[in-house]
Amino acid sequence: MDTSNINAMKANHRLLTEYKYDLKPVIKGYNRRTLYINLSHNIIKEKYVSDEMIEKFVGGKGFDLKLMWDAVMDTTKWNDPENEIVISFGPLCGNTNYPGSGKSIVTTISPLTGIPVDCNVGGHFGPYTKFSGFDALELQGKAKEDVIVFIDGDKGIVQIFTAPDEDLNSHIVAEQFIHEFADEPGKEQFVSVVSSGQASDHVLITCLNFSFWDKRRQVARLKQAGRGGTGTVFRDKHIKALVVKYSGLKGDTNHPVDIETLQKTGLRLHKEIEKGDSTQCHMREMGTAHLMEVMNDYDLLPTKNFKYGQTDEAIGLHSKEFKALFTQGVPDGCWFGCSLSCCKAVDNFKPRTGPYKGQPVCVDGPEYETGAGCGSNLFIWDPKDVVEINFYCDTYGVDTISFGTSTAFAMECYEYGIIDIMHTGGLDLEWGNADAVLELLHQMARGEGFGIIVGQGVRRMKKLFAEKYCADSDLLHDIGMEAKGLEYSQYMSKESLAQQGGYTLALKGPQHDEAWLIFMDMVNNLIPTFEDKAEALHYFPMFRTWFGLQGLCKLPWNDIEPEDNATTDEPAKVPEHVQNYVDIYTAVTGKPMDKKMLIRQSERVYNFQKVFCLRMGGGKRIDDIPPYRAMGPVTEEEYLSRQERYDKALKEKAFTNPEGMSVQDKMKVLRTYRYNQYDQLVDAVYKRKGWTKEGIPTLEHLKEIGMDLPEVLEVVKRFL
Amino acid sequence: MKKYLKPYPDKCIACRACESACSMLYFKEDSAEKSCIRISENAAGNDINVCNQCQTCVATCPTLALKVNAQGVVMVDKNLCISCYMCVAACPTKSMHRYMNGLNPFKCVACGMCAKSCPTEAIAIGQE
Repeated sequence: MDTSNINAMKANHRLLTEYKYDLKPVIKGYNRRTLYINLSHNIIKEKYVSDEMIEKFVGGKGFDLKLMWDAVMDTTKWNDPENEIVISFGPLCGNTNYPGSGKSIVTTISPLTGIPVDCNVGGHFGPYTKFSGFDALELQGKAKEDVIVFIDGDKGIVQIFTAPDEDLNSHIVAEQFIHEFADEPGKEQFVSVVSSGQASDHVLITCLNFSFWDKRRQVARLKQAGRGGTGTVFRDKHIKALVVKYSGLKGDTNHPVDIETLQKTGLRLHKEIEKGDSTQCHMREMGTAHLMEVMNDYDLLPTKNFKYGQTDEAIGLHSKEFKALFTQGVPDGCWFGCSLSCCKAVDNFKPRTGPYKGQPVCVDGPEYETGAGCGSNLFIWDPKDVVEINFYCDTYGVDTISFGTSTAFAMECYEYGIIDIMHTGGLDLEWGNADAVLELLHQMARGEGFGIIVGQGVRRMKKLFAEKYCADSDLLHDIGMEAKGLEYSQYMSKESLAQQGGYTLALKGPQHDEAWLIFMDMVNNLIPTFEDKAEALHYFPMFRTWFGLQGLCKLPWNDIEPEDNATTDEPAKVPEHVQNYVDIYTAVTGKPMDKKMLIRQSERVYNFQKVFCLRMGGGKRIDDIPPYRAMGPVTEEEYLSRQERYDKALKEKAFTNPEGMSVQDKMKVLRTYRYNQYDQLVDAVYKRKGWTKEGIPTLEHLKEIGMDLPEVLEVVKRFL
Repeated sequence: MKKYLKPYPDKCIACRACESACSMLYFKEDSAEKSCIRISENAAGNDINVCNQCQTCVATCPTLALKVNAQGVVMVDKNLCISCYMCVAACPTKSMHRYMNGLNPFKCVACGMCAKSCPTEAIAIGQE
């Protein structure tokens, strides 16, 4: 980038307040203090982390939620000043030995859902902030003008500056601040930036970008805290960026109690990846985009707003197409020491539209979710179009998942004539019209046109289309792929009851990070009964929650497997890797751990989050109901496209002879059957999780897991 | 140009003088675990494991701590290394090493000290 005006921009910063703190080493993964910043009043202070806080909340998402719980009121909305953005890291975060150990967890009260949302994100900001001296960063209040928060972890200073001149869009602003705050040219890798983008000033389906400096490419790479509208809250607080500088990273900066075990366990996984990735998931070559054809093969790749899961056109987005665009042979870890190296990049990409048309840029991704959400689900099959949508989503601060699902919903409404070209302001939202999709994005950034409406997300569009355009609200409810206000991520769950639960029972909304059970359930039939499914919908959400408590990534758990994994008792759990986590936890913290205690740590925080949702007005059974599109065929064309499958389901599962029945009648019976099945599943899952039939954690369960804190019980009792 | 240590395993008598010379030079202790050159005795004969300066590790290092010097020798920059050991796993000849409770990985830098200590000329500095 052109760095000629860096000094001038920096000279225009005005210091609003400054806080000096003592630099202390991290001990056994913890600093024992968090950083609180109030932007309304320019207050910066430290908070002590007690033994009880560690015992109950561990770190990461646990710390986030605890700090946020104490900060907000029951009535707090996303844009109230007391709402917070909290970023925490966890005791294992920042170790350079075990792959996937550099994650930050971001929480806030979501503008889309009104309840806490949590995002697990890579980049260097989290580890550097942790090693600067803090186990969490809490941002409250609203600045009067655009500000940046700068944490100098080398000197022990936190500052709030005005920053009027820097850009808003992330691919530019991240590099501007990196160059401004690096001690000298060549030391850019010690600076990391959190930013959003122009669209976050106008729409709700937004994200935050966490940077890491790529020394080989000499660019700022961007990883996204994607879900739930975190970027909108960030900009509502008038934060332009968070910047951290930390230059002291070594292999033992966490000061683990047993570095030998940590190193050996990490090295063993490095070797597994070295040997196995090229025959397993190919993460080093294509990242998660390797899933494109796998999902299409199994009828799981969403097309046309989740109508179908398979199409011949999908060959256009085959992973080999993305591989050809990704620069190969580069260590693409979003934190040091991640040999799985999944964050691929397209170098020197030249957008064909928008404000950066023709300018060479580095695009992070597309990952699978973006390929599916912004490609197949919109019936866009040119990988370069997907790359361009990906680029503009990231730099404008738009979540590619919510963007894909929201746009797919708008396109289906356009197909049915619910909206037309008059409503869209001239945009032809025919399936596959990449030009129109890109223009929607540019409108979101400019704050104008139909882009603002799509950018409110599916739930608000449903309401608007029903109220203003007299659309059939039942149909909108069926095809609007959201639950709790959050858009579904990009897997077809129609034929997997367990995954319908995995999605829709997820606390923050339908994201697959709690459970991905489609192969276990639909393909391999390993969890046939309600109780089996409920057990899976207890274990996997709890196990995966643990990554967010520790500052870890999920991918090195099961996107690489030991050679003998298939011969173990429970291959879906990848037992050897679970043991690795047990071992490295003890190696860093010195605390005892086993596979049961690991789940118990998660259960506490998971139930705390559940009660937090109740406190904020969500979290009830009615919030856990999926739209029918996630469960079965909404339209006749969907039914007829897979008639044999659905007729068979009627005959064998619903004990109804489909012969002689009209398609409409068959659809009705199937729908009743599937909702009934789903209801039974929810009963079983709630029971397994220790909740009432209404989804309220019981007092006994909270006591058993050690989450019977007075403030938690006080909320729960309101609902029992 | 590439300077490297060329092994002649047929001449090796497994006296391990090379391991001692190497670990004494770099770690000031006589320890095979801290030697960049490793001798193993097999039924088929003795084997000499040492870096051939192929540079595979250089491409894997996330911090650019592995650099090739003017003589074609791969060097570890301890100031940049963050001890992730991705290089140890990636080394095709298993010649990048770590030691118990240490931080930085280590490897042969083709200094030739071991060759001088070898009584049978089983190792020698070579150039390509």
